[in-house]
Amino acid sequence: MPTDTVSPPGRGGRSPDHYVAPIEDTPLQAVDSVKVDAKVSSLWADAWRAMRARPLFWFSSVMILFIAFVGIFPQLFTNELPNDNCLLANSNGGPTAGHPMGFTKQGCDVFARVIYGAQASLTVGVVATVVVVLIGVVLGAVAGFYGGFSDGLISRATDIFFAIPFVLGAIVLLSVFQGPSNAIIVALILSLFGWPQTARITRGAVLEARGADYVTASIALGVTRFKVLLKHVLPNAIAPVIVVATVSLGIFIVAEATLSYLGVGLPPSVMSWGNDIAQAQVSIRTAPMTLFYPAAALSLTVLSFLMLGDVVRDALDPKERAR
Amino acid sequence: MLWFIGRRLLQMIPVFFGATFLIYFMVFALPGDPILALFGEKTPSPAVVEQLRAQYHLDQPFIVQYLLYLKSLVTFDLGNSFSGRPIADVMAKAFPVTLRLATLAVLFEAVAGITVGLISGLRKGKFFDSSALVVSLLLISIPTFVIGFVLQYVFAVQLGWTKATVGPQAGWSELVLPAIVLASVSFAYIIRLTRTSISENMGADYVRTASSKGLTRGRVVRVHVLRNSLIPVVTFIGADFGALMVGAIVTEGIFNIPGVGGTVFQAIKQGQGPTVVSFVAVFVIIFMVANLLVDLLYAVLDPRIRYAN
Amino acid sequence: MKISRIGLSAAALLSASALVLTGCASGDGGAPAPGTSDTPGASTSTGIVTANSNEPQNPLYPANTNEVGGGKILDMVFAGLYYYDADGKAIPEVAKSVESDDATNYTVKLNDGWTFTNGEKVTASSFVDAWQYGALLSNAQLSSYFFETIDGFSYDKDSKLALNVVDDLTFTVKLSAPEADWPLRLGYSAFMPLPTEALVDGKATTAFGENPIGNGPYMLASADAWQHNVQIDLVPNPDYKGTRTVKNGGVTLKFYDNQDSAYADLQSDNLDVLDAIPASAFETFEQTLGDRAINQPSAVFQSFTIPEKLEHFGGEEGKLRRAALSMAINRPEITDVIFFKTRTPASDYTSPVIAGWSDSLAGSDVLKFNADEAKAKWAEAEKISPYTGTFTIGYNSDGGHQPWVDAVANSLKNTLGIKAEGQPYATFAELRTDVTDRKIKGAFRTGWQADYPSMFNFLGPLYATNAGSNDGDYSSPEFDALLKEGASAKSVDDATGFFQKAQEVLLQDLPAIPLWYSNVTGGFSTQVQNVKFGWNSVPLYYEITKD
Repeated sequence: MPTDTVSPPGRGGRSPDHYVAPIEDTPLQAVDSVKVDAKVSSLWADAWRAMRARPLFWFSSVMILFIAFVGIFPQLFTNELPNDNCLLANSNGGPTAGHPMGFTKQGCDVFARVIYGAQASLTVGVVATVVVVLIGVVLGAVAGFYGGFSDGLISRATDIFFAIPFVLGAIVLLSVFQGPSNAIIVALILSLFGWPQTARITRGAVLEARGADYVTASIALGVTRFKVLLKHVLPNAIAPVIVVATVSLGIFIVAEATLSYLGVGLPPSVMSWGNDIAQAQVSIRTAPMTLFYPAAALSLTVLSFLMLGDVVRDALDPKERAR
Repeated sequence: MLWFIGRRLLQMIPVFFGATFLIYFMVFALPGDPILALFGEKTPSPAVVEQLRAQYHLDQPFIVQYLLYLKSLVTFDLGNSFSGRPIADVMAKAFPVTLRLATLAVLFEAVAGITVGLISGLRKGKFFDSSALVVSLLLISIPTFVIGFVLQYVFAVQLGWTKATVGPQAGWSELVLPAIVLASVSFAYIIRLTRTSISENMGADYVRTASSKGLTRGRVVRVHVLRNSLIPVVTFIGADFGALMVGAIVTEGIFNIPGVGGTVFQAIKQGQGPTVVSFVAVFVIIFMVANLLVDLLYAVLDPRIRYAN
Repeated sequence: MKISRIGLSAAALLSASALVLTGCASGDGGAPAPGTSDTPGASTSTGIVTANSNEPQNPLYPANTNEVGGGKILDMVFAGLYYYDADGKAIPEVAKSVESDDATNYTVKLNDGWTFTNGEKVTASSFVDAWQYGALLSNAQLSSYFFETIDGFSYDKDSKLALNVVDDLTFTVKLSAPEADWPLRLGYSAFMPLPTEALVDGKATTAFGENPIGNGPYMLASADAWQHNVQIDLVPNPDYKGTRTVKNGGVTLKFYDNQDSAYADLQSDNLDVLDAIPASAFETFEQTLGDRAINQPSAVFQSFTIPEKLEHFGGEEGKLRRAALSMAINRPEITDVIFFKTRTPASDYTSPVIAGWSDSLAGSDVLKFNADEAKAKWAEAEKISPYTGTFTIGYNSDGGHQPWVDAVANSLKNTLGIKAEGQPYATFAELRTDVTDRKIKGAFRTGWQADYPSMFNFLGPLYATNAGSNDGDYSSPEFDALLKEGASAKSVDDATGFFQKAQEVLLQDLPAIPLWYSNVTGGFSTQVQNVKFGWNSVPLYYEITKD
C-alpha cells in the first residue's frame, strides 16, 4: 500500500517496450487506469481516510475550529468589553450573575478576558508555528536533500540562529521592539529564533529518507530530484516535523506568557492569556481562580493542537498505518 | 573521523562570529541610554554622562564598539561590567552554578523522559500512555514560573522537604528541585519524542525480522528499537543543554540561584553589551561542542551513518 | 539630592517586581563568618543576623554608591559626621559640631580618638580628601551632585571644592548659597571619610572598592567577605567609638534579586530580617507573620508627572485637566485593593516620616477622590479645547508598576470617560532616555526616595526651575521664591513654613500628580528580637539581637 515502496505504474519510464502487447489490448487496462488515478493522491487521501476514522481527530478539530472562531469573533460570546468597566470594588471577586468566572485583580470580567485573550495567544502560536515550519522545512529539506554547498551555507546559518538561545534572543529583540509590539511582531520574533530547530529536524529526517531504497529507485527511474524530494522524501520526513510543530505551537503560546512575566511580552493593552496568567500570578495564594481560567484555556488549546498533531502524524506515517 | 571533527571545528568559526555579532548588534539596538539608568530618576549632568560613556566606549559607533570588543576577546581581557567587576570574574562565578543546574536537569529529563516515553511507546493507547500524555501536556501548557512557584510553595514552604532557595554554594542536593522545574518542559518533549520514535520503530521491518528470528520482545526493544529510537532524542538533548543554561532565567529567579540566566537578563536590561556577548559567546561554544558530540553519537547509534571522507 | 534609589533598584535590580534575575543565595542562617562574638563591651547577643539585600551595583566607594544595596553596607562600615536615627533625626557621630553664622560658611569640628580599622586616625583630611575626590568631574562618581551646593563645584571642568583644613580635627566649608539644613544631609553615605590608602595618586583603588576600610560599627569579616551575588559578611568593629552600639555578633547580608524567594526564606526561618515584602504576599504577610510583620510609612513619594509641554496640559486648560485627573483617582481604594495598605495615600509632596509633613495643606482637597468635581473640571477644560486621543502613563515594565498603573488608568477611564492606559517601557534605561530627551508623549511615573530627611530634598531637585530632576519642565517663580526663602531660613522650623507654602503652589499647578507614600514592609524570623526600621526603610541592623 505505501506509495513509496514501488514505483507506481502510472508514472516513470513506462514505455511500450515493457509490454508484450499494447496495453489497450490487455485485460489489465481497466485495472491499470483506475490505479493511476488512485495513486497520484494516495498519500493524502489515505491519510484523510485514516484520520476521519479517529474520534480524536474530530474532537480536536472541532475544538480548534471553535477556539479559532472565538478568537476571530469574540464579541459573539460576551457582551462585556474586557478592558472597560474594570472596577476595583470587584477586585478578585467571585462569580456573579453575568460574570460566570468572577473578576481579575483589576476588577475586569475574567470570562470576557479569557474570550478576548484567545485571539492574541492563538495568533502568536499559529503565526509563529507556520513561519517556523515554512522556513525550517524549506531550508532543512534543501540542505538535507541537495547537500554540498547549499547544505554548508544553510547549516551555518541555522547554527548561528540556533546558537543564540531562544529565550535570550527573544528577550533582547522584544526589548528592542517593545514600543509598537503586537501579537504578529511577537510571533515573528519567536519564529526568528525558533526555525533552526525545525530546519535541523527536517534536514535530519530528509537525510535519512534520502538514503532509503525507494528514493534511490525513483531517481534511477528518472524522476527529477525535485519531484522525488516533494513526492517521496518530504512526506516521509514530515512526521517528526509535525510532532515538533504541534508541541512548538503550545511552547510558543506558553513562551509568550513567560515573556510577559519577564516584562517583555505583549503590552498589557493587548489581551492575551499569557498576560493574564502573568498578572494573576501575584494573586496565586489568594485568588487562584483568576489564574486557573486563562491557564485552563491555554492548556485546552495546547491540548487540542497536540492531539491533532498526533492524529495527523499517525495518518501521514505509512509505517504506522500499516500496523 | 578526525577529518570530520577538524572540519566541524573549522565550521564553528563563522558560527561563533555570526552569533556574537548578531547578539551584539541587537543589544546595541536596544533603545535607551544605559548610562542614564545608572542615575535612577536623577538626571545627571551631561559632562558626567560623557565621561562614563567614554569609559565604556558607548560614545563610539557600533562597528568600533564591536571591534573593540573582539580585541578584548582576543586579548582575554573582557573589561569591566557597569558594577566595576571584571566580566571574566562575573562569568567565573556564575557558570559553574548553572552548569550544575543544567547537568542535573538534563540527567533528570533524559532518564525520566526516556523511561516514560519508552513505556508509553510500547503500550500505545493504554492507561499509562494516556496518563503520560496528559502529564506531558500539562507540563507544556503551564508556564514554568507557575510550576516553579507552586512546587517551591508546596515542597519548601509547606512541607519543608527542601529549602525554598538555594544557598551560596549552590550544591548539588539543593539544586534538585530547581532542576526538576527547569527540566519540566523538556521532560514532556522527550516523553513525546521517545514515544513517537519507539512506536514508529516497533512497526519497522527489522523488528519483525528480529522477532521472527526468535528474539524475545525485551531483547528486541533493548538491542534494536531503543538504539534506533534514541537518535531524535539525543539530538534534542544535545541542543537542549545549551537552551537550559539560559532558559534558567525564570528558574534561577524563583530559587534565587546565582547563575548565568539572571546575570545575563540583568545585563540585557542594563544594556551592557560586552557582558551579554561574553556570556553568549560561551553559550555558543557550549552549543557547538554539544552538537558535535551529538553528531558523533549519531555514528554510534546508527550504523548507517559513518563519518569517513 | 537625588532620587535614584527607587529608580535604580527598579531598573537595575527589578527588586520591587516579581521579576527574575539571579541573585543568590540563601544558605545557612549563621554558618559563615565566625565573627568576633567576644567583642568587648559591645554585644548583648552573639548570633549572626542574616538579612536580605541586593548585590551592590558598584565598588564600595562612598561617593559612587547611589542605590540601596551598596548604601546599606556603607552605612554600616563607615561613620560620617552624622548618622540618622530611627526617626530620621541627624545625630552627630564623628562630628563634635557643625556650626555657621550665615548658613553659608560652616565650621566642622571632629571628635578626637576615631580611627579606621587599619589603625589610621580619622582627621579633617579624611573628610576633605574624600569629598574632593567624590566631587571631581573626571572621577565621574555617581553621587557627585551631593557636593553641588559647595562652592567651587563644577559640572563643566575639574575644580576644587571650597574646603579648608584648619587643623587635624577642624575644617571649613563654604557653600555657594545659604542653606540652613545643609548639615542634615551629612549623614548620607557620600559624605563618609576615607583613609589615605583608599586613594592612590588621587584615584580610588579597586582593592578598596572590594574591601572597604571604614570607621563604622561594622567591618568586613575578612578580605574576601564580599562574595559577589551571594552575600557579604560583616562583624562588629571593636574600635568603633560612636553610639550605634552593636548588639549582635555580626550581620550577613544575603543578596536577592527576587523578593519572593527572600520571603520564602523568611517563612522557613532561613533568613532573619526582610525589608521588602513581595507583591504576591501583600495580602497575607501581616496575617502570616503576626507581630513579626512590619508595615510603616517611609520616605518614599510616588507620583506621575505630566510634562508642561504636553498638549492640552498647559495654561488654564492644563490646570483644570490636572485637577480633574487628580480627583478622578480613588487613591484609598487603590492602596487598599492593589497594595493592601502597604501604601499610604498622599496628602502632600513629601512623606509622613519627614518633619513638616502635613495632611492639611490648603488645596490638598485636589488629592481626594471626587468624581463629580473631576467631571465638572474636565468638562470645563473641554470647552477650552476638546481632548482627543489616549492619556498614557509611561512606566518601566521591569519594576512591578503595571498593577497600579492599570488601576489608575481604569480609575481615570471609569470616572472621566476618557481613554487611558499604561505605556510600558521594556527597560528603565529606555524610559529614562525618553524622559531625559523630552521625547515622551504622555505622562510618566516618578518616584523619589529621600537621601536625607529634609523637606527640601523632596521639592528642590524636582520642581525648581531647571532643577536636575525637573523632568516635566515645571517652572513657577512663586514656587522658586518660596523654596529659596525656605532654604536660606535661619532655622529648620522657619524653613518648614516656607516649604509648606511652596507645596500649596504645587497643589494648584500639579506638575506631578501625587499618588501615595510607599510604606516599608518587612518582617523578621522567630530567632531575632529588637528589629526596628529606620526612616529610610533600612533596618537598624546594629540594634537587632539574636542568640
